[in-house]
Amino acid sequence: MKENIDIVDIKKEIQKDRRAFIKNVLSGTIAGSLLMVIPAGAALDQRLPEQLPGMRGDDSPFTEKKFAFIVDVTACIGCGSCCVADKNEYNVPDGNYRTWVERYIIDDHDEVFVDSPNGGLDGYTKARTDIPHAVRDTFFVPKLCNMCEKPSCVQVCPVGATYKTEDGFILIDKSRCVGCGYCIQACPYSVRFLNPVSRTAEKCTWCYHRVRKGLLPACVNVCPVHARKFGDLNDKNSEVYKILREPHVISVLKPGMGNQPALHYLGLRREVV
Amino acid sequence: MSVAAHGETIAAVSNYIFPNDFHVHWSLMIVLYPYITGLVAGAFIVSSLYHVFHIKSLKPVARFSLLFALAFLICATWPLLNHLGHPERAMSMMLTPNPTSAMAGFGYIYSAYFIVLLLEIIFIFRPVSVALGQKATGGLKTLYSVLAIGSDNVSAKALKLDHKIIGFLAAIGIPMACFLHGYVGFIFGGIKANPLWATPLMPLIFLLSACVSGIAGIIVAYILLRKLSGKDIDVDCVQTLIKFLWGFFILDFTFEMLELFSHFYMANHHWHTLEALYSGPLYNTFWVAQVGIFSVIPFVFLMFMSLIRFKDGLLLFFAPVISVMILIQVLLMRWNVVVGGQLMSKSERGATTFHPMWLEKEGILPAIIIMVAPVVILWLIGKVLPFWMDDKGAEAA
Repeated sequence: MKENIDIVDIKKEIQKDRRAFIKNVLSGTIAGSLLMVIPAGAALDQRLPEQLPGMRGDDSPFTEKKFAFIVDVTACIGCGSCCVADKNEYNVPDGNYRTWVERYIIDDHDEVFVDSPNGGLDGYTKARTDIPHAVRDTFFVPKLCNMCEKPSCVQVCPVGATYKTEDGFILIDKSRCVGCGYCIQACPYSVRFLNPVSRTAEKCTWCYHRVRKGLLPACVNVCPVHARKFGDLNDKNSEVYKILREPHVISVLKPGMGNQPALHYLGLRREVV
Repeated sequence: MSVAAHGETIAAVSNYIFPNDFHVHWSLMIVLYPYITGLVAGAFIVSSLYHVFHIKSLKPVARFSLLFALAFLICATWPLLNHLGHPERAMSMMLTPNPTSAMAGFGYIYSAYFIVLLLEIIFIFRPVSVALGQKATGGLKTLYSVLAIGSDNVSAKALKLDHKIIGFLAAIGIPMACFLHGYVGFIFGGIKANPLWATPLMPLIFLLSACVSGIAGIIVAYILLRKLSGKDIDVDCVQTLIKFLWGFFILDFTFEMLELFSHFYMANHHWHTLEALYSGPLYNTFWVAQVGIFSVIPFVFLMFMSLIRFKDGLLLFFAPVISVMILIQVLLMRWNVVVGGQLMSKSERGATTFHPMWLEKEGILPAIIIMVAPVVILWLIGKVLPFWMDDKGAEAA
């Protein structure tokens, strides 16, 4: 008897749920359609929590902030999530990379083996089988725009299409770029490519469009092990400020180039170029 | 278990190329660009040797060199425009230039040089234009009138003034020609990210190879055109050109080798990438072709041709053959610098490959068209202005 009542109750609940479900779907659809026609009070990204304090409400062309990016080599697991997020964010054409992850393997005989198949986009799910000796060390190194203090690309761009903002971003004005490729030659880090569709130079922007809305760069946002860190060095509470201030092993890529990158590496190894 | 005892030796080349470095962005078109401007600068130097430095034996080619330079200068921008992703924005380089960019200067340097060259041609050929204009009719008459800048005054006084202007233009033309091509060398030499390009010697090597290619181009064109039209060839002129060719080639080849030797001797951390490049992907095009076949052989021949008086027939056979070899040497040098420099990935661990295709936008066929175009333009110019002093129009003047 008891069981019967239970079954009836459950059925009633399901019925109710169905009704509620249909109601919700209908109201959602109508509301959604209305949202598409009538501009909502707040943009969608405003409903997301602010990840970079003090960015919202700052409408000035350049913020007073000093951004830095830190990659923790000791943390990266080579899953490729950052690369996937980046490709989705910018619809990056196949064969070109705004960011990529390199795999370093050092064997017993000090041979260094580096690879980055498809820029690490597919994640490093399989071990390399062509290492002749026992492996003594292995690690992953994500690469992206170094946002140099003295950017070679900005120096050589003949038309000023590549420029540096006062808050330290190196950006490209697609509508001005002549597609000469000089910046690609000048960049010591090979982070630039010529977009085959727009025929203009392209590179990582540290997700400038997201940062201006108080959001972290897409790759930082998705990293499951927090190997990519981004923040304001003028904010003494920011993680990047603390890391760069504390006595960690920190380096930049190709310091001899004199470009003074704002991209720092935590636990960088000397094998990394 | 061992550990690396010597720092950077651990960074062995293991053929890793940065993912964005597989594609060679500057290919045939950017090989041709310095090649063409080099021919222009070199041809102008030949003309100036007569007009400014009064090397009298070069008189037969003094005028032709200017027309030769003009024909190539007209086409100098073509490979660049074909290369650009957005050629319709090319003028932005002159209208809104970035002052720190070496490339932004090209429009101005090119234009200024074009104006000087054109003015020099106009003034040198003014008496010819006046004489030919008197016989011509219709459109051609108008053209000659424009070329004579609307003046048919060929009095001794007027010609003296012309001569002064020519001297001035030729004189400022020399530093401009040097600057034009030295600057083209700097476009590469100023790129610190590329160990093969980044050397202060690059502008000098480009300039010297420009002089070499220009002189060689004039020798080939002079002998070929005179033979084709059944006219006499001034052997003394060819002999002098060969001597200058050897002189400039001594400097050119020496500096090319010195540049490489300096890298080898200093052996800083870039050397292992350059060494891998020269012993690997560039071995054939650099050591075998550029140095072995097309530098050493012409070098020896030029030495003998300069020091020993060859019989006329022998000289007129070897001069164009060696000059063609020199032209190939300079083209190979452009290739090895422009393409070679991009083969090594900035990962410093591996090299990509490059094989030009025939029909692509910047392929072999467009390259051939761009190299044939100046020859066609030169032929067209020849229809209006006489190449040689013994041509009809020139005689009339």
